[in-house]
Amino acid sequence: MIYLDNAATSWPKPPEVAQAMTDFLQRAGGNPGRSGHTLSIEAGRTIYAVREQVATLFNAADPMRVLFTLNGTHALNLALRGLLRPGDRVVASAMEHNAVMRPLRQLEREGVSLEVAPCRRDGTLELGALERAVSPGTRLVVMLHASNVTGTIMPVAEAAAIAHRAGALFLLDAAQSAGALPLDMQALGVDLLAFTGHKSLLGPPGTGGLVLGAGVDVSELEPLYRGGTGSRSESEQQPSDLPDKYESGTPNGVGIAGLGAALDWIARRGLAAIRAHEEALTETLIDGLRALPGVSMHGTGDARMSTAVVSFAHESLTVSEIGLRLDEEHGILTRVGLHCAPAAHRTIGTFPSGTVRLAPGPFTTRDDVEAAVRSIAAVLRP
Amino acid sequence: MSDFGVVIFHTTSAALRAEKAALAAGLKVKLIPTPRQFSSDCGMSLRFDWEFEAAVREALERTGADWSAIQRLA
Repeated sequence: MIYLDNAATSWPKPPEVAQAMTDFLQRAGGNPGRSGHTLSIEAGRTIYAVREQVATLFNAADPMRVLFTLNGTHALNLALRGLLRPGDRVVASAMEHNAVMRPLRQLEREGVSLEVAPCRRDGTLELGALERAVSPGTRLVVMLHASNVTGTIMPVAEAAAIAHRAGALFLLDAAQSAGALPLDMQALGVDLLAFTGHKSLLGPPGTGGLVLGAGVDVSELEPLYRGGTGSRSESEQQPSDLPDKYESGTPNGVGIAGLGAALDWIARRGLAAIRAHEEALTETLIDGLRALPGVSMHGTGDARMSTAVVSFAHESLTVSEIGLRLDEEHGILTRVGLHCAPAAHRTIGTFPSGTVRLAPGPFTTRDDVEAAVRSIAAVLRP
Repeated sequence: MSDFGVVIFHTTSAALRAEKAALAAGLKVKLIPTPRQFSSDCGMSLRFDWEFEAAVREALERTGADWSAIQRLA
C-alpha cells in the first residue's frame, strides 16, 4: 500500500507519538490545572511544554498566546467569529478551504461584508487584486499559506503587508504548511496563525491551535465558548487571562502530548530536510504525470512554489474512477473530488468535476512515487 | 521550622512557566494547591523557601513570567 493522502492527514506518524500518548494516559492522567496534585501538575507540565514548542516552531513571541483547539477549523472559527462583528469588512483569497469560507459565509449573513480577492488559474494570488480588495477600514485579511488543492504557496509576507497598510489584521490558515514549510510569524507579519496538529505536524487528530501575535488586542477577540478553566474559580465571569480565556473545559492532554512528541521528531529531522525530501518527491510526481497523455495538471507545476500536493484530472476518465482503480488495483491511496474547497476548484477551473490529489509525506519514498506514476499510467491507458 | 513563601498566579500556564524559570535558575521550588487563605481559587501556586524570596522574584522577572502576588506562609 502506498499512502498519498498526507494533505488530508499524515500517515504514518512517528512511533514516538503513540508512545507519548500512552505515557500520558498511564503516567500523567490528572486533569491539568484543576487539582494541584502530582498527576494534575504532571499533565499541566506536559501541555505547557508543548505550548512552548509550538511558540518556538512558529517564532511566536509569547507561549501564553498559543491557544490549543481541537483542529484547524476550530482555530479558524475562533479567529473569525471572535474578531468579526456586523459591519466589519473581511477579505479572503479565492483559494480558501471551506474551513474559512463556511464561517465567512455565515458571518456574511450576520452582517459582515466579505470580499474575495481573485487568484490565477494556477492558484497563485495576484497581489494587485488583493491590494484593490483591501480598503482602509478592512478589519481582517484571511488567507491560506498553501492550497490543499494545488499546493500553491501564497505570498504571505506581501499579503500581510497589504493588510497592515490598510490597518487590518492578517490571519493565516497554516493547515497545509505548518510542519511542511518554515513559518516565522514575526518575520512574515502574521497576526493570527491557525494550525492543525494532524497533518504535516505529524501529531494525532484532535489537536490544533490559534497563535496570537503581539498585535492582537485580546479584549477584541471573543471566546467561542466559556466555562471552567481551573483559574479564578471564585468568579462566574470568564477570565481574561491567556490562555485560559479561550481554553475552557478539559483539554485534549493525550493528543497534545502526542503533538509534542511529533514536534520533537520534526525538530530532530529538521524542517529544511523535510522540505527538501517532499520537494523532490513532488517534482518526481509532476514530471511523471506531465508526460502522460490526456492528463491535465493543476497548480504551478513547480515543486519549489508548492507544498507536497499534486492535483490532476484526465480528459475521459472521472476522478472517482481513477481514485477507485488506484486503490483497488494498485493499493495507492489518494483523495479525489473537491477537497472541501469549492472556491479553489472554481478558481483553477475544475469545479464541479474535481481532481485526483496526490500528497506524499516525510515517510514517502522515491520508490513509492515512481510506483504511483507507473500505476497511474496503467490506469489511464486506453 | 519551615519558613515558606508562595507565588500566586492567575493561570496554571503561568505557574508552570514560573516553575520552569525557577528550576532553571537552580532554585528549589514546588507547585502546590494555592493555600486557602490567599485565594478561593482551585489553582496552583509555587512554594519556595522564604530566604530565597529575592532570587525567586528575580528569576520570575527575568523570564517575564506573570504572577499575581508573592505571599509569606505564616
